[in-house]
Amino acid sequence: MSSFVFYILSLSLCRLAATRRTLGWSQRIICVCLFIICVHPIWAIPEPESDSISRFCTLDEVTIVAKKQTGVIPAQSLDGERLQELSAHSVADAMRYFSGVQIKDFGGVGGIKTVDIRSMGSHHVGVFYDGIEVGNAQNGTVDLGKFSLENIESVSLYNGQKTESLQSAKDFGSAGTIYIRTRRPTFEHGKKYNVIVGMKAGSFGLANPSLLYEQKLSESVSLNMNVEYTYATGRYPFTIKKHLPNGSVAWDTTGYRQNGDVNAFRAEAGLFGYLPHGKWHIKGYYYQSNKGIPRAIIRNVWTSSQRQWDRNAFVQGAFQYRVGRRWEMQISAKYANDKMRYLNPDTTLMYIDNTFLQQEVYISWANQVELFDWWNLTLSGDYIYNTLSSNMANFVYPIRHTALVAAATSFHYKWIQAQASVLGNFVQDRISNHQSTTNNQKPCFTPAVFLSYQPLLKEQWFIRAFYKQIFRMPTFNDLYYTDVGNIALKPEETKQYDVSLEYSKQFTLHDAQGTKIGLHAKVDGYFNQVKNKIVAIPKGNSQYRWMMMNIGYVEIRGVDVNAGLDFTFPLSTTSFPLHLKVSGNYTYQKAQDFTDSNNPITYGGQIAYIPWHSCSALANLKWNGLSFNYSFIYVGERYHNSANIPANYEQPWYTHDVALGYLFKIRPAKNKVNTSFDIDTSLEINNIFNQQYDIILNYPMPGINGKFIVKFII
Amino acid sequence: MVNLSLSLLFNACREPDIFIQPEMESTGDTTRTEVIGFYLLNEGNMGSNKASLDYYDFSSGTYTRNIYQAVNPEVKQSLGDVGNDIKIYGSRLYAVINCSNLVEVMDAATTKHIGTIQVPNCRYLAFKDGYGYLTSYAGPVVVDATKAQIGYVAKFDTTTLQIVDTCHVGFQPDELEVVGNQLYVANSGGYMVPNYEHTVSVIDLENKSRKTIDVVNNLHRLRADRYGQIWVSSRGDYYDQPSRLYCIDTKTDKVTDSVMVAVSNMWIDGDSLYICATEFSYITYDTEVTYAIVNVKTHEIVTRNFIQDPTVKIDVPYGIAVNPKTKDIYVTDAKNYVSPGTLWCIGQNGMAKWSVRTGDIPAHICFRFKTEKI
Repeated sequence: MSSFVFYILSLSLCRLAATRRTLGWSQRIICVCLFIICVHPIWAIPEPESDSISRFCTLDEVTIVAKKQTGVIPAQSLDGERLQELSAHSVADAMRYFSGVQIKDFGGVGGIKTVDIRSMGSHHVGVFYDGIEVGNAQNGTVDLGKFSLENIESVSLYNGQKTESLQSAKDFGSAGTIYIRTRRPTFEHGKKYNVIVGMKAGSFGLANPSLLYEQKLSESVSLNMNVEYTYATGRYPFTIKKHLPNGSVAWDTTGYRQNGDVNAFRAEAGLFGYLPHGKWHIKGYYYQSNKGIPRAIIRNVWTSSQRQWDRNAFVQGAFQYRVGRRWEMQISAKYANDKMRYLNPDTTLMYIDNTFLQQEVYISWANQVELFDWWNLTLSGDYIYNTLSSNMANFVYPIRHTALVAAATSFHYKWIQAQASVLGNFVQDRISNHQSTTNNQKPCFTPAVFLSYQPLLKEQWFIRAFYKQIFRMPTFNDLYYTDVGNIALKPEETKQYDVSLEYSKQFTLHDAQGTKIGLHAKVDGYFNQVKNKIVAIPKGNSQYRWMMMNIGYVEIRGVDVNAGLDFTFPLSTTSFPLHLKVSGNYTYQKAQDFTDSNNPITYGGQIAYIPWHSCSALANLKWNGLSFNYSFIYVGERYHNSANIPANYEQPWYTHDVALGYLFKIRPAKNKVNTSFDIDTSLEINNIFNQQYDIILNYPMPGINGKFIVKFII
Repeated sequence: MVNLSLSLLFNACREPDIFIQPEMESTGDTTRTEVIGFYLLNEGNMGSNKASLDYYDFSSGTYTRNIYQAVNPEVKQSLGDVGNDIKIYGSRLYAVINCSNLVEVMDAATTKHIGTIQVPNCRYLAFKDGYGYLTSYAGPVVVDATKAQIGYVAKFDTTTLQIVDTCHVGFQPDELEVVGNQLYVANSGGYMVPNYEHTVSVIDLENKSRKTIDVVNNLHRLRADRYGQIWVSSRGDYYDQPSRLYCIDTKTDKVTDSVMVAVSNMWIDGDSLYICATEFSYITYDTEVTYAIVNVKTHEIVTRNFIQDPTVKIDVPYGIAVNPKTKDIYVTDAKNYVSPGTLWCIGQNGMAKWSVRTGDIPAHICFRFKTEKI
């Protein structure tokens, strides 16, 4: 039915486009360049992977890049300096500054951190690393705490999907998507290499040295290498306090978080090349970690000895080429090999020593055909091969073949931009236990439509809307995990409806100094449905027996607000201007559990851990190498279950972080680029009011903590 | 935006964490017998530290949720994580808190905290002659390759609350009962999937001699009737072997019978053995629910559905108890394990008398008598 609607819609779009053409309105709209000042990184449309062959001109602090806006819906994005200024260690920490996002964080550098976009569940979040999805066929979620911000250039969040013309079928495949982009080599004029040596040291035993090396091999080929080691004891103090109804303290206890240590090593190397009509890159990634798994703080038991070892390795590459004037294509491929070992050595509990090995092969061919200047077609096909093996008893060794086919059409005429797409999802699983069995998921086709309308071409007003329907396949764990998995599971379905209004403006005040001001505001209203939600339900006669079932139904109504103001004050006393950037996000969500109409306590209740209100604010003051940052995060009251009763109540929490930084420019010999270098230093103090809070019940978060960062940039 | 953050700071701040106060609910059903009330132990999902204690008073028909915290505000982190068994012995109330590795000992009339008995991974309780017997999964490792740990029974003095002796049994022992001078322990082997245990251990309490009775895989419940028989249930292996009920004659210590009925939980009252069961089928991918009564004298199934009332909606029947005087049947619904459950009172005619909301995973019930029985 929905694919039929999509077909009608795309037909009418074609007809509309054709009419425009006969009227002679056709122009090179796609090349309409939009000047975006990168001092607005939170809302800047991130530079698409597919453009900017000449990205070598980097000016000083304010980078002005000419971009063709190829996406219908902009992303929320943090990049460059803005990302480094955050008091954030991992990508998950940075995600807290986006609206509509909730983080599950078990605390500390080593604690698992997953992201939930607009309350649809972390399984519906696609995570892309340098343009290719980070797969996890086993449990379907990616621990974003594993990705440190050390070499990250930008983190972008798309609701719905990225709406560019040249994108792989996977880019259409999630309800919300996070794009993590690592640093690309860029060289100042006359320089052939870049070296950055960094060291972060901080509370709870954090030591985090890193090294980046970039080399220009030829005019069109460059190399980069990056290694990083992270160590932390994760031993932070926490306080739990309970009060009597009269307000006096009933008990108050302080402890240290145990078994939160982490030892992680990461190495990456990449080659980047440009051709006359295209570009390519190839990269290798290796990550290895050994960490303790802290447990819930419960009565009489605060320690644990569980450990997890991860080893993730992949090789991936992409080749993008303009075949003719109107045909551009991209071929990407990846091989990933991930090993995870989980050990519970505590023999007072069930001894567990399980190893899981996952492999993934990914091949994608994406095509963009420019039928007319204002009308593009996209056709992409992806193939993914996943395997999982384990030493668990009764393991079924699943193998999955996935074929994804995406067809999209986008058009752009002056004030209107639109994309309509359909994704076909074909999945076949094979398992071998007593005998080999094939489990074919029914092919699904899911549509999406995105519209953007700019009423006044001279003003940056945008009215946008989208509708997207998408499935997430049951994971290997959902289907086949020994005793828990349910082979009869259907995919979990989401539908999203979104309307947004955006305004931005840059202007110069006619005052004495000529203060420059940039302002920006965006409001989204949305309604999401999650059907056939895969939920673990009790199966038998004890807590240890669970079963995955398609029973959940959730409706989410939300409002996201982003706003920001930038000031550049030219100071009469010095040649360096003063920059002030302020931005903020607010999210309201009513995410209701309509799963069980027989259960009046949970029916219609706010789902677990989703606050009604959350917000964040960032402020940054910068003058001549000196910078001061302040950030604030607020997560309002929540319940840890959709039974919204006092016993399940979770307090609001809010943290204030500050950071002071200074960039020393060492210039021993004048005008000699090769002898000069910079030292970037900063001091962060996080949770300055030492708030004792939990994000997840019984997993205390760190109180006040500090970090010192020094980087030699040669 | 700064204004917004400031206003949020003033309007939506954290407040001191205050104890959840007990909540009372009236069932409108008042009865005065020698049985004056019962305690219901809610397990709370693992890791939530939400084990809680409810009390029902028969004379006033009042159900009170979450009574422990208010009586014992000084006990850090309240009752603990995963309540697994509750019993009254003498004037004391004993609650086994599995994941907190302890037995909480309270005054049976007031639930005032008296002390704790620390036993790792403790499971179920039985009493005899001033001593308590407690099963635990956490014995020494006996098979190096699989790190399999043998289970044991700890014997504690009910006056000093000190462990006085221990005795190894099978792997992952669950319920236990004392008949005469013999202690019967159901061994599950639940950590050894698919190599389950299949024995009942029998310990002579006088000379500590041990023997085993071979029954079937994955034993769980074990109750004695008034005819010197032990009724023991198997969870099955969730694949080929279904859950079943077996009978052991304690005079011969032999398995004398098996009854074709699945068992999640059971309660013996007089000649009637009440059973509730949910059994998952990998064929239909659905759970089958049974509410059965077995006559312990004739070994016949009296009914497979003692709930006749169509208004009774139970997702996961979990706990069961029968009032020894009024013969009302109490069945708990654990629902989805993470939200509050329900307690149903079912009359002997199969119709519901009342239902109340409980804590998370209502599971274990023990009755209070006017004069505490020893």
